[in-house]
Amino acid sequence: MDHGNVGGLGFLAPAPGRKGLLSWIGTTDHKRIGLLYMGCVGFMFFCGAALGMILRLKLMTPGSTLVGPQTYNAMFTLHGVIMIFLVVIPSIPASLGNILLPLQIGAEDVSFPRLNLFSWWLYVLGATLAVVSIFTGSGAPDTGWTFYVPFSERTTTNVSLAVTAVTILGFSSILTGLNFVTTIHRLRAPGMTWTRLPLFVWSLYATAWIQVLATPILGITLVLVFAERVLNLGLFDPGRGGDPLLYQHLFWIYSHPAVYIMVLPAMGVISDIIPVFARKNIFGYKMIAFSSLAIAFAGSLVWAHHMFTSGMSDTAVLVFSFLTFIVAIPSAIKVFNWVSTLYKGSISVEPPLLFSLGFIFMFSVGGLTGLVQGAAGTDIHVHDTYFIVGHFHYVIFGGTGLGMFAALHFWLPKIFGRMYDRGVAKLSFWIILVGMNVLYFPMFILGLEGLPRRYYDYLPKYAHGQVLSTIGSWILAVGLVIMFANLYRGMRRGPLAGDNPWGAATLEWTTSSPPPTNNFEVEPVVTHGPYDFRGVARHE
Amino acid sequence: MSHAQNESGSHPLSYRFLAAIWAALLTLTALTIFAARIDLGFFNVVAALGIASIKSSLVIFFFMHLKYENRTIKTMVLVAFVVLAICIGLTFFDVGFRR
Repeated sequence: MDHGNVGGLGFLAPAPGRKGLLSWIGTTDHKRIGLLYMGCVGFMFFCGAALGMILRLKLMTPGSTLVGPQTYNAMFTLHGVIMIFLVVIPSIPASLGNILLPLQIGAEDVSFPRLNLFSWWLYVLGATLAVVSIFTGSGAPDTGWTFYVPFSERTTTNVSLAVTAVTILGFSSILTGLNFVTTIHRLRAPGMTWTRLPLFVWSLYATAWIQVLATPILGITLVLVFAERVLNLGLFDPGRGGDPLLYQHLFWIYSHPAVYIMVLPAMGVISDIIPVFARKNIFGYKMIAFSSLAIAFAGSLVWAHHMFTSGMSDTAVLVFSFLTFIVAIPSAIKVFNWVSTLYKGSISVEPPLLFSLGFIFMFSVGGLTGLVQGAAGTDIHVHDTYFIVGHFHYVIFGGTGLGMFAALHFWLPKIFGRMYDRGVAKLSFWIILVGMNVLYFPMFILGLEGLPRRYYDYLPKYAHGQVLSTIGSWILAVGLVIMFANLYRGMRRGPLAGDNPWGAATLEWTTSSPPPTNNFEVEPVVTHGPYDFRGVARHE
Repeated sequence: MSHAQNESGSHPLSYRFLAAIWAALLTLTALTIFAARIDLGFFNVVAALGIASIKSSLVIFFFMHLKYENRTIKTMVLVAFVVLAICIGLTFFDVGFRR
């Protein structure tokens, strides 16, 4: 159904009443709030990536070069805090989730539009405080993004303000999760049964539950760190009668499920994209949907695999090692089902599919190397080495990052009504994929050779891998610049895309591009599944 | 567009009943203090958490009206409690076996 809004501004048109900046920062339209998140996340990504580039440049040669040790500690802390709390966690759920969730279930908006705007403002406040913490007090935080005690309680740097910022960001995440759970339960269009939900919605649902249940624990823990620093309590600091392992438990009870907050929505994106470009119904819809819930649940029970060398009891090490391996099952179900969907499909290799295939490759490498750490025996060897850094970046940047890029290439024509240059998009994909692997794969070798992570200096024997890794960061940067420039140009001046340029079957493609303020001209009635392509044609 | 209306209206509870819940909460608070003064070893924590769970259940069921909500809402709250119990349980599983 073509609504003929091609070339119109839809929700991007100036709203009656408020104009200019006010029409954006005071909006309760979920799509505009999603774009606000996207703009902020994009800016913070640029900051975090710039820090990462400088870190890699410093690490290219051993010895004291480019920046001093204290600056280096502060920079990797900021790189982690910015990328985790300000970029990856809100990237897909808060930006694309906000834009697409009501569209995909046939609703006008989320359940609590004002709370949604409040969540964004909390994000802005948290981000501002995090930035302020760099330039005020006795120096930028130097603890690493994990704020491990007792160091985080004894360092004189600006940790108190940084943990306050992260706590506020946590509340933003909780409120978004609450909004999504309620929206999915209450605002589905007629005929939109649970088994007709797009798999992106299922992944947002599983993610939202983790946000609601796990994030408060991080908030409470960081409040306790703040209280211990300010009030001199003895909660975590062994010098004052506290238990540092208790901190690690509490921190990872949130922060391991947080990895699934990061990667589950990307899995949902991939599940939505692959059937469209294979022109086939998804293989194992229910298994993929329930595996999202299984990952959310089982992923919440494995946090202590970050603590195998901490002095935790051996019995607990065995139990958590076993539980960690269980998470591999639902993750593998997804990968096998995506590949099975492609099998004998009528595949058209468009940019969103390329980025999705890149996700599967990078996530598979990241997932399999995760099992090396899940096994307690091998984890002792690779713990706190570059192996961990490589694994984490494969999963989070190779997984969530490529998932986000796939989503941008898939839904940009819907959000802005314009198409980017597909040839340039494919070129940027290949450069990014090569850059990522040249950047992160040497880290596995360096880690197995025993190079500890976070160290300012290293022995000359590790220089070969560090040089290669730094060259990879340059290749990756080139690819990212090309990709973002192409997307930006497409968004501003690209050819009109039409309502359904990919021939997708989910609800958002039945409305105009960009969608109108209330999403649908008439309330949609759902009569088929999200990947039933019978009778669905491309509208370019 | 709301496709399902929340039908949970108000459920007036008598002042006498609410006062009884309040009295139960005070009694359980006293019991928490009393239990903390007895050396039960590892089970001091279990006792404290057990009493706290009963207290929070009273608040959630009666003061927050969970008792009068539908099964979906009750299940959601139960899931939250189960996850929290597992997290606390596994954490103490480490402490209990630590040498």
